[in-house]
Amino acid sequence: MKTYALQMEGITKEFPGVKALDDVTFSVRKGEIHALCGENGAGKSTLMKVLSGVYPSGTYSGRIVINGKEVHFKDIKESQDAGVAIIYQELALVPEMTVAENIFLSSDLMRKKIIDWNELYAQAQYWLDQIGLSIDPQTKLGELTVGKQQLIEIIKALTKKAEILILDEPTAALTESDVEILISLLKDLRAKGVTCIYISHKLGEVITLADSVTILRDGQTVSTDSIEELTEDKIVTKMVGRTLTELFPYEKHDIGDPILEVKNYSFHHGGINETVAKEVSFSLSKGEILGVSGLMGAGRTELFISLFGGYPGKKSGEVIIDGKTVDIKKPSEAIQAGLAYVSEDRKRYGLVLGMEITKNSTLAALQKVMPKGLIDTEIEMKNAGELTSRMNLKAHSLEAKVSQLSGGNQQKVVLSKWLFTNPKVLILDEPTRGIDVGAKYEIYKIINELSQQGVGIVMISSELPEVLGVSDRVIVMSEGTITGELTREEATQEKIMKYATAGRDKNESNII
Amino acid sequence: MSQTSFETQTQNSNRPKLNFNFNVQSYTLIIALVLIALIFGILTKGEFLSPRNLSNLFTQMSVISVLAIGMTLVIVAGHIDLSVGSLAGLTGGIAAILQVWFGWDTFWVVLAAILVGALLGFWQGWWVAYRAVPAFIVTLGGMLIFRGILIGVSQGKTVAPLQDSFKIIANSFLPYSVGYIIAIIGIFLLFFSTWKKRSKRNQIGLQTASAFIDYGKVTAYSVAIFVVSFMLNLYYGFPLPMVIVLVLGGLFIFISMKTSFGRYVYAIGGNQEAAALSGINIKKNTLSVFVLMGALAGGAGVLLTSRLNAATVSAGEMYELDAIAACVIGGTSLMGGKGSIVGAIIGALIMASIDNGMSMMNIQTFWQFIVKGLILIFAVWIDISSKT
Repeated sequence: MKTYALQMEGITKEFPGVKALDDVTFSVRKGEIHALCGENGAGKSTLMKVLSGVYPSGTYSGRIVINGKEVHFKDIKESQDAGVAIIYQELALVPEMTVAENIFLSSDLMRKKIIDWNELYAQAQYWLDQIGLSIDPQTKLGELTVGKQQLIEIIKALTKKAEILILDEPTAALTESDVEILISLLKDLRAKGVTCIYISHKLGEVITLADSVTILRDGQTVSTDSIEELTEDKIVTKMVGRTLTELFPYEKHDIGDPILEVKNYSFHHGGINETVAKEVSFSLSKGEILGVSGLMGAGRTELFISLFGGYPGKKSGEVIIDGKTVDIKKPSEAIQAGLAYVSEDRKRYGLVLGMEITKNSTLAALQKVMPKGLIDTEIEMKNAGELTSRMNLKAHSLEAKVSQLSGGNQQKVVLSKWLFTNPKVLILDEPTRGIDVGAKYEIYKIINELSQQGVGIVMISSELPEVLGVSDRVIVMSEGTITGELTREEATQEKIMKYATAGRDKNESNII
Repeated sequence: MSQTSFETQTQNSNRPKLNFNFNVQSYTLIIALVLIALIFGILTKGEFLSPRNLSNLFTQMSVISVLAIGMTLVIVAGHIDLSVGSLAGLTGGIAAILQVWFGWDTFWVVLAAILVGALLGFWQGWWVAYRAVPAFIVTLGGMLIFRGILIGVSQGKTVAPLQDSFKIIANSFLPYSVGYIIAIIGIFLLFFSTWKKRSKRNQIGLQTASAFIDYGKVTAYSVAIFVVSFMLNLYYGFPLPMVIVLVLGGLFIFISMKTSFGRYVYAIGGNQEAAALSGINIKKNTLSVFVLMGALAGGAGVLLTSRLNAATVSAGEMYELDAIAACVIGGTSLMGGKGSIVGAIIGALIMASIDNGMSMMNIQTFWQFIVKGLILIFAVWIDISSKT
C-alpha cells in the first residue's frame, strides 16, 4: 500500500538573502493525484523546479527518491528520462505545427533524417484515441482551444513514458467545459496508474480531484493530509495561518474626499474577444490606500490598464476623477487627468531598459523639463536626482542605463517616472514582485508617504500579507467582477481567499 | 527619513571617483577613420590626404550623409527605410524635369523636391504607423514604386542639363574667408557650450568631468576642425554640399537631443510598449520620422542631380544600403533605441573613404563592394562583442 512514487526529504533551497525552501518534505504515493497548495511565493514552483532538475542537484540540500531510488538530476533532460514531466501554465507548444508534430516534437520520430509522416500520424492517432480526444492529428495546433492544447501537452508527456505528471495551474486559462475534460482525463490516468502532482489555487477542483493535499507556507511544509480530512476552509486556514510581522510600516493617515470613482464600468477586450471587467464599481479617496486582491487572471490588471487607457476596446460606465467625469481613451489623457499606472511587468511596460535613469524618469512628463520648449538636460538631471534620492535609489551614476540596475532599483525608477507626473491617483500593479525584502520595505514607506500627501493609491497585489499590511481598504476581484470589499479592520487572509475563490464558482454558475 | 540624509544620498550617488565617461563607440569610430586615412595615405603616397582629394571626398559623401541622418532616426525608432535610394532618385528626377522641361526656377524646384519627398515619406509612414504594415515591406514596396514612377515620368531618358543656379548647390565652394569664419564660430561654440554646461552643472550640484578632460576633448576637436579647414582652403575652400551636411547634421542632432520628438523616437525604439504606457503617441511620432526621412531624401535627390548636372533613371540605386551601412557602422542598433547622427555621418565618411581610396589605387570596383560588405559585418561584430 505504502509505495511511494516520489519522496522529497529535507529539501532546502536558498537564494541570496532568501530561504525559498526550508526543510520541505513532500511524499507522493504511486497512482494518486496529489495536490500541492500554498499562497503565491510559498515555494511551490521552487519545489517543482528542484524536482525537475531546473535547479541542478547540488544547488539544494536534501534527498529526492523516485520509485525507491535516490536521484540527482543535473538538468531537465535527466528528470524527463526518469519519468518526471512538468506541464506549465505557459504551454511549450508550436502553434503553427500540427498536433502530431507537436506531440512528437522532441521524440525520435521527428528526429529521423527522413520523417515517416504516415507513422507519425498513426502514432499520434493512437495516443489521441487512448485519451479519447476526437482531433485529427493533422490539425494545426493553433486552431485548438487552450484547453485542448493543454491536453496535447499531457499526451506529449505521456508518450515520453512520464510516470509523474506535474500540472502547474492547468485550469487557470481554461473554460468550464475544457476543465471538465481535463479533470476526467486526469481521473482516467489515475486509473491507469499515472501519478499526478496538481498545483492549483482553485480549491474546488482540489477537493473533487485530489487524493491527498500537501500545503506549503513560507517555504515550509505545513501538512500532508488525505482529502477526507480536509475542507476548503481548512485548506485556506492552513495556507495563510501566519501572523503579520513588522514587515509593513503602516501609519495612520487622513483619508479625504473621493478622488476616483468608478461606476458600473465594463470593458470588452477586442483582442482576446472577452469581457474582462463586468459592471465594476468602486471609489478611492484622497490619501487612501486601496488594496486590490484576487487570484491571477481575475481581471485586476486588465481593469486598471483599461481605466488608464492602455487597451483599445469597448468600454461602458462612468469614471470620475476629482469630481470631473472623464473619458480616457489613451494613456496621455490618463496622465493629464492625474492617473499613473506602475505596471506589474516593469521590464516590458515600465522601462526603456537601454535608456539612462534620468531619461526614463522624465519620460511620462517630459514637458516639465522643457521650460523653454526644449529639453533642458541640467534641469532634467536635477529633477531625476531629487526623485531618485527620495527613493533611495542606488546607482553609480544617474546616467547609468536602467538595464544595469537591480530589480528593486528598477522599480524605483518606474516609481520616480510616475511620481514626476504628480499623480492624483497612483495605481501600483504588483509593486513588489521580484524585489528583495529591503527594497520592498522602502517601497511601502514611499506608498505611505504618498498617501500622507493626499495621493490616492490603488495597490493590486497577489500577496495577501502585503494587501493586509499596507491597505486601508481591500476590494477582491474574481472573474472580472468585484466579489467583496473589506475594511482594514475586517480584512483577514481567510476572508479574502474566500471572496477570491468562492466568488469564482458563483460566477461560473451564473454564466452557465 | 530626514532631508539631510537625502542630500548626502544625492552627493554620494552623483559623485563617482573620476568620470571617464567616454563613448567607446564614437572613439573606436574615430580611430578606425584615422587608420583608414593613414593606410590610404600611405598606399597612395599621400595623394589620398591631398587637399583636392579631401575636398572630393567630402563632396562625394554628402548624398549618403544626408540619407544617413534621416535613416538614423528611422532605425532608432525601430524601423528601416529601403526606399530612400529610389526616393532620392525620384525627387532628383522630378527636380530635373521641372527645371529642364518646364523651366521652373531653382528655388521652387528644390522646394518641390523636398515636399514630394516629405509627402511620399508621409504615405509610407502612414502604412507603417497607422496600418501596422512592417516598414521593411512598406519601404521595399516604396523602393520599387518610386523607381517605377521615376522611369515612367522621365520616359526612361536622362534629363539634363540644369541651370547654373541649380548646379552650384553641389558644385561650389565657400570663399576662403567664410570657411575660416565658420570654423572659428564652430570652435567658439564648442568651447562656449562646454563652459556653459560645466558651470550650469556645477551650479546645481551635478557631477562634471575634470576640466582637463572636457577642455582637452574640445581642444582636440578644435584642432581637427582647424586642420580640415586649412586643408580645404588650400584647394577651393569648403565644398557647399559639405556645409549642407553639417547644417542638416547639426539640426537633426539638435532635434534628437533637445526636442520631445527626438526623445520619444529613442523611447519608442527602445521599448514601444513602455513608451505607449508613458503617454507617448507612437503612431504620430512614427509617422513624423518617415516624413522627415522623406524630406531628407528629397534634399539628397537635389544634391545628387545637382552634382551630376543630370537626372538618370538609375540615380540613387543602392544608396539605401549605403545609408543603412553608414548608420550601422556609426553604432546605430538595428534593434532600435540606440544610435547617433554623428556616428552615422562618420560612418558615411568611412564608406566614402573606402570607395574613394580604392578607386584612387585603381583597384577594380568589384573589390569596393566586397570590402564594404566585410567592413559592415566587422563593424557590427565589434559592436556586439564590445557589449558582452
